[in-house]
Amino acid sequence: MQCPKCHAAMHTYNRNGVQIEQCSNCRGIFLDYGELEALTRLESQWAPAAPPAPPAPQAYPAPPAPAWGAPQHGGHHGGHYGGHHRHKSFGHMLFSS
Amino acid sequence: MSPHPSLAARVRQAAHPGPDLPGCACETAVLADRPDATVVRHGPLVGKAHAPGTDPEALAARLRVAARLPGVLLPPVGTTPDRQSRPHTLWPYGTPVDPDDPDAAPWEAAGTLLARLHRTPAPPGLPPMRGPAKAADAVRRLRRTAGPGHPATGPVLAAWSTLAPWARAETPMPASALCHGDLHLGQLVRHPAPDGPWHLIDVDDLGTGVPAWDLARPAAWYACGLLPPDEWARFLGAYRSAGGPAVPPDGDPWPALDVPARALTVQTAARSVTKAVGEDRPLDEVEQALVDACARMGPVPAHPAPDPSA
Repeated sequence: MQCPKCHAAMHTYNRNGVQIEQCSNCRGIFLDYGELEALTRLESQWAPAAPPAPPAPQAYPAPPAPAWGAPQHGGHHGGHYGGHHRHKSFGHMLFSS
Repeated sequence: MSPHPSLAARVRQAAHPGPDLPGCACETAVLADRPDATVVRHGPLVGKAHAPGTDPEALAARLRVAARLPGVLLPPVGTTPDRQSRPHTLWPYGTPVDPDDPDAAPWEAAGTLLARLHRTPAPPGLPPMRGPAKAADAVRRLRRTAGPGHPATGPVLAAWSTLAPWARAETPMPASALCHGDLHLGQLVRHPAPDGPWHLIDVDDLGTGVPAWDLARPAAWYACGLLPPDEWARFLGAYRSAGGPAVPPDGDPWPALDVPARALTVQTAARSVTKAVGEDRPLDEVEQALVDACARMGPVPAHPAPDPSA
């Protein structure tokens, strides 16, 4: 299949028995329905005593982002710098030319 | 004491018209004092001293646009700037976004106002929007201050070199929509204060050009992992809902946003590095994220050319 973001070829990998597609260019990852849950389940089996996980990531990926964007756009994780704790430097940048 | 006594005096006079001005109880507050603009408030009015060398004809054309679009742009008090080395203009005071509470940022209003601006035909004679010229200026300053010795200079200049000539202000822009030219959260105020509808302010960079430029600063912040996805989605969604022409109504907006968002990432990175060098300190985490994004920029992918009617 083709990457929906940068249209490069996607390769299939087997992660703990779950098939995932990764883009050969931007490294973005595509998960089929239920695969994220399967990975989360497997992860919790490996680390049963881990503290409660943060809220589950969204079932759907974040809005599209360019291939040169921050790496977290490739996976299904939230931004490093966003969220509730906004970096002071970015707070200033929001209001600057 | 205001850094610009003549500006302060003019705003005070305009706020209290009459022959013999008694001492008034209002304070004159300096809202901004930068090399490119000084802004002072006196009671219900704000006076702005524009950048030295501002072309008064171009500024007057931009003020006329603001006066004609009172639901989108804050209307000026008069459309003729003072003919001084730094032209002065007068505006009603509007309540800005609280810099200490960026979570309350009016992303929907920003998207809607831009869509309405972009859908308005540009009047003849309006100069080009100044976004690419300002990006080029930031890169020039980076070259001058940081130089090739700084580790961030290489990736930022390499990213700049991937951009189309129009995005580097070397050739005219391939579109002529009415654009703001310098959108950020400091460019929105509520008028009438304190809780009237949101308006765009600051017409110094307003003009004709590629409308996606006005979406590109939030787009760059989002791409660099700085702006959370939901805030980006609110901004873009409101823009699309209001019929904004810079991006297709649905689907991937990045073919239209890619070049301007690269340019804004380069501009912001260049300014950050210049500032850090000036303060003799390393880049912080946010500034480094911008430089890292520049380093990841390969050639611009081949996208369909932007619609010249946009």
